[in-house]
Amino acid sequence: MNMGKDAFEIIVNGLKLVIIFLMIVQLVPILVWVERRGSAFIQNRLGPNRVGPLGLMQLLADAVKFLTKESFVPDTAKPVLYYAAPIFALIPGAVAFAAIPLSTAFTVGTFELFGSSWGPYTFLVQGYDIGIGIVFILGVSSLAAYTLLMAGWGSGNKYSLMGALRASAQTISYELALGLSIVGVIIMYNTFNLTDMTMAQQGPLHFSFMGYTVAASWLPNWGIFYQPLGALLFFTATFAESNRLPFDLAEGEAELVAGFHTEYGGFKFNMFFIGEYGHMMVAASLMSIFFFGGFGIPFVTVDQVHQWAVTVTSTPNWASALVALIHFLVFNVKFFAFLWIFIWVRWTLPRFRYDQLMDLGWKTMLPWALVNTILTATVVYIASL
Amino acid sequence: MPLGGVIFIVIFIAIFGAFLVWLSIKTGGKVHYHPVKYEPYECGLPAMEKKDTKVSVKFYLTAILFILFDIEIIFMYPWATTFRDFISSGQGGLVFGSMMFFLIVFIFGLFWEVKSKALEWD
Repeated sequence: MNMGKDAFEIIVNGLKLVIIFLMIVQLVPILVWVERRGSAFIQNRLGPNRVGPLGLMQLLADAVKFLTKESFVPDTAKPVLYYAAPIFALIPGAVAFAAIPLSTAFTVGTFELFGSSWGPYTFLVQGYDIGIGIVFILGVSSLAAYTLLMAGWGSGNKYSLMGALRASAQTISYELALGLSIVGVIIMYNTFNLTDMTMAQQGPLHFSFMGYTVAASWLPNWGIFYQPLGALLFFTATFAESNRLPFDLAEGEAELVAGFHTEYGGFKFNMFFIGEYGHMMVAASLMSIFFFGGFGIPFVTVDQVHQWAVTVTSTPNWASALVALIHFLVFNVKFFAFLWIFIWVRWTLPRFRYDQLMDLGWKTMLPWALVNTILTATVVYIASL
Repeated sequence: MPLGGVIFIVIFIAIFGAFLVWLSIKTGGKVHYHPVKYEPYECGLPAMEKKDTKVSVKFYLTAILFILFDIEIIFMYPWATTFRDFISSGQGGLVFGSMMFFLIVFIFGLFWEVKSKALEWD
């Protein structure tokens, strides 16, 4: 239950959680701008470019517009569910994202403040370190299906209900492929903990096979070289989980107007948007942790970076802070690369038909994820002989 | 540390979200009520079914099948984390063999499900 051993640590850990949540909320308008400019770039249009430099002030204008919209609730709505759904939409993405390690831990030595001395601390650059990282994140992010159903049922609208049912059926179907594609990753790293997984992907590619040591110094030791099929399946399933194109059947506007958020407008609609982007961020960071080395620099281990940092800085505290900063920036490069791929795919591929979507999930991705699991287990077993 | 943090962030987001909803109601423009305007949106046509809509039983079937398969997949997680430990303690063959037997049952179940047309959407 406790969040630290004294007042200072509790306050810092609490602030960290608040900052992580506000980071997600603040990233959404920027991503919306990137998405609108990016789609315009892809479709040879201009996009929003009037408000402020490069259209960046568009975000502010949108927020003001959202706030001044008339608060509309249809007469058929069930008010408790209708108002609770957008609030609950914010929770799964942020709670899951707070469990993701963004960088290495940094230490703070003893110091004097308010007349008393405060002990040495170690702060993680993540909201909380949960030992069973993946299981927790999968469990929490699948709670999003409830938000969809609450919104769809609470609106009292036929289109909303159908959109919500479709979306939840799709989410749970792809959760099978998502869950099974990670089994291979877990066998490879032998842990649920995301920091341990990142640490296992340091340096150049090397592994032992039937007593021989195989090394390829021209490749980083990333998960994608061990689990290419798993990476493909996982990445595809996360698109369906976050209801993004080509899997956004929830809001097929030609058939269902806007799906589960048909009756939502103004800021309540914006909150569903924040939830969706939160899922995208969780997916992008999981992708970089499982298959692309997380916060690690390719070919370089954390220890090597630390040795270098000690020579440049004056105290061990500054050295660990510098190491944490470098790894945080490296993580962000991978994170934003995957977010851009999410946006890129959205404006490149058309939407599936509903039966094609379900067939892809159950009859193609689930069997291939099974094949991946069996193959990984067999190879790991043979390699140990 | 973990549980306290999770509870803290959930409560914080709930309060923050409730504040945003309250703010949007307060700052939103004046509400002009008219019964027709406040009907659920059906592309401008009068609503055909006022009460609960009928939905396809396929959604129910999908949910049931999901629960079965999801439990089977979650069952593999503890095996996946301990597989290498069992190999290094010399029990790899037994653990590998028993999981392969379980996976054969899993594949048989999936095959039966496809064969019985439980996954056909038309």
